[in-house]
Amino acid sequence: MHEKTGPRLSGWGRIAVAGREVRSEDLERITRDVPLSRGLGRSYGDSSLPPPGRPVVAGSRLADRILAFDETTGLLRAEAGLSLFDLNRVFLPRGFFDPVAPGTQFITLGGMVAADVHGKSHHRAGSFDAHVTRLKMRVADGRIVECSREVEPDLFRATLGGMGLTGHILEVECRLLRVPSPWIHAESERVPDIDRFIDALKEAGPHWPYTVGWIDCLSRGSRMGRGILNRGRWADPAEAPGGRPPPRRRPSVPFVLPGWVIDRWSVKAFNAVFYRSHVPRVRRRILHPESFFYPLDVVRHWNRLYGPRGFTQYQCVLPESAGRGAARRFLELLTSRGGASMLCVIKDCGPEGIGLLSFPKAGTSIALDLSIRDHTQALVDALNELVIAEGGRVYLAKDALTRGEHYRAMEPRLDAFLAVRRKWDPQGKLRSAQSVRILGDRP
Amino acid sequence: MKVAFLGATKGMGRALARLLAERGDPLFLLGRDPIDLEKSARDLEVRAGKGRVGTAACDLEKPEGFAAALDAAEAGLGGLDAVIVTAGLFATQDRLEEDVELARRLLTIDFAHTVVFCEHARKRLLARGGGTLCVFSSVAGERGRKPVALYGAAKAGLTRYLEALDHKFRAQGLRTVCVKPGFVKTSMTDGLPAPPFAGEPEAVARRVLRAIDRGEPVVYVPGAWRWVMLVIRSLPRSVMRRVGF
Repeated sequence: MHEKTGPRLSGWGRIAVAGREVRSEDLERITRDVPLSRGLGRSYGDSSLPPPGRPVVAGSRLADRILAFDETTGLLRAEAGLSLFDLNRVFLPRGFFDPVAPGTQFITLGGMVAADVHGKSHHRAGSFDAHVTRLKMRVADGRIVECSREVEPDLFRATLGGMGLTGHILEVECRLLRVPSPWIHAESERVPDIDRFIDALKEAGPHWPYTVGWIDCLSRGSRMGRGILNRGRWADPAEAPGGRPPPRRRPSVPFVLPGWVIDRWSVKAFNAVFYRSHVPRVRRRILHPESFFYPLDVVRHWNRLYGPRGFTQYQCVLPESAGRGAARRFLELLTSRGGASMLCVIKDCGPEGIGLLSFPKAGTSIALDLSIRDHTQALVDALNELVIAEGGRVYLAKDALTRGEHYRAMEPRLDAFLAVRRKWDPQGKLRSAQSVRILGDRP
Repeated sequence: MKVAFLGATKGMGRALARLLAERGDPLFLLGRDPIDLEKSARDLEVRAGKGRVGTAACDLEKPEGFAAALDAAEAGLGGLDAVIVTAGLFATQDRLEEDVELARRLLTIDFAHTVVFCEHARKRLLARGGGTLCVFSSVAGERGRKPVALYGAAKAGLTRYLEALDHKFRAQGLRTVCVKPGFVKTSMTDGLPAPPFAGEPEAVARRVLRAIDRGEPVVYVPGAWRWVMLVIRSLPRSVMRRVGF
């Protein structure tokens, strides 16, 4: 589909297409005539990649100024390219943190809005859409528009989780969370199977602001879905160590590893060691916030582990209405298909937010990394069919392989989103490689 | 250290201004676009967590405004310990060869007017008993090179001027820091193919801040460019005629 020469762009999964990113501090200038903007390119698949016919996109990462901050309310206004890493670095020492705690801090505010990110606190805090108060955007006809719950609410709601398809996000206003100390009081616990895991997540929810689990998705039978549940809360000043959490060193994966490094057997060994080495069954610790929130950020370029063909992440939410057995049915299908994932993250989600295409809804979210192999498309198709049958949906920010008909079948809100998009962009100027693939936009 | 900063809104200047603000140095921003200056001032104020960052208009194409701009900075800061200049104009050699008027503007801004601005700044600092004048030149001025013939000529002139300031006034307390960036990934170089040893603006800013604190007269950033330029300076003319860099 794409020629092999010339500049190429890829998401975190390292599947590249022909494309080039123009970067400037002046986001208003570079968003004038491009189909899409992108932040730090941490979406896994093709959300931040250009459609085949319009290879130039605007890169927001240099537009990273903080424009206003109110210490009394925690209200922040900043340009869309401000990274969460920078935000935490500036505000955590002053007692503020991002309200949703996504799994990496190498993302921009604009990307957080576009993907409507969620995190370990979703069961309590919802996704980012609950905390964004105002957006400044360049819409398809070239105008610059401010929107909020009161002003142009249709545009506001469609943009939250709208994957950048409603306009270029220029500035974001949102409320930060006030925290009592910059340290985390964490507990982790070994859980022997998937049913008990779902129960443990539910039990922890009312008591802990942050919960997330890692599960072994290769074990079968009575050990299916065994794993480690992490619970956390901000430490009280009294129990926190003195001083600020120090900046951390980040070693890098220096080159792309061969494709066989991560396969079924290495993952099986890793999972067994990881599970068994968690002793005693329950551990309590005070943790550096980066260790708790962003364990993967410790290694730069960890996406190179997955070999030259790259990888994708499959993340879906299985709704409460599907019952507790849905997660077990999902894992049974996955293990029977031999899908090996070193990272399988499970999380309970609270109610759906206001974003028209926001991913989370009340239920259980499961995310797994999949190396790209010959059978990966067939595996994703099979998982999607199960997710449709259970009434769930997938997360576009992670997706690289979902088919358009599958996405439409899992997203009843799509028509409402497309109507808003048609109103603000009747000529279909704004689009991405993903919207061409999933929404049937013209290339 | 009370710092007047020309060029803090973009690129390496933005990164350096943030480091200064975060460690508590009072800043006053000079630049062309008042709205852009105000946004950068707010950014630096929030990052510093205290104090106000003042601004005044100053355009390297309008030397008649230099004195007033530096007066405003001195008044706003209640003194002056350092002047930093990262502003300048860049264009590729191809564009400059096509457009002689653009070449004239670039030579004027990057050499003549920058030197005039530095003269105003130097006199103010010396009148206060000394201080630091930190100016961003470029490795492009190290040798007559095909891809940077015009830009490099302007930067070569600027580098020589800064070298002479250091020789002439260091004994009187003026610490001149001439920064020579190699290829750094900023909006200025966006779209150009990045060579090996390309630097990130944040890392460059940390190195430059150390040079300012120590009063180093010359600093190459990233450091590998010192050795790259040592080689290029020693190549014979016959080789320079043949190679593309």
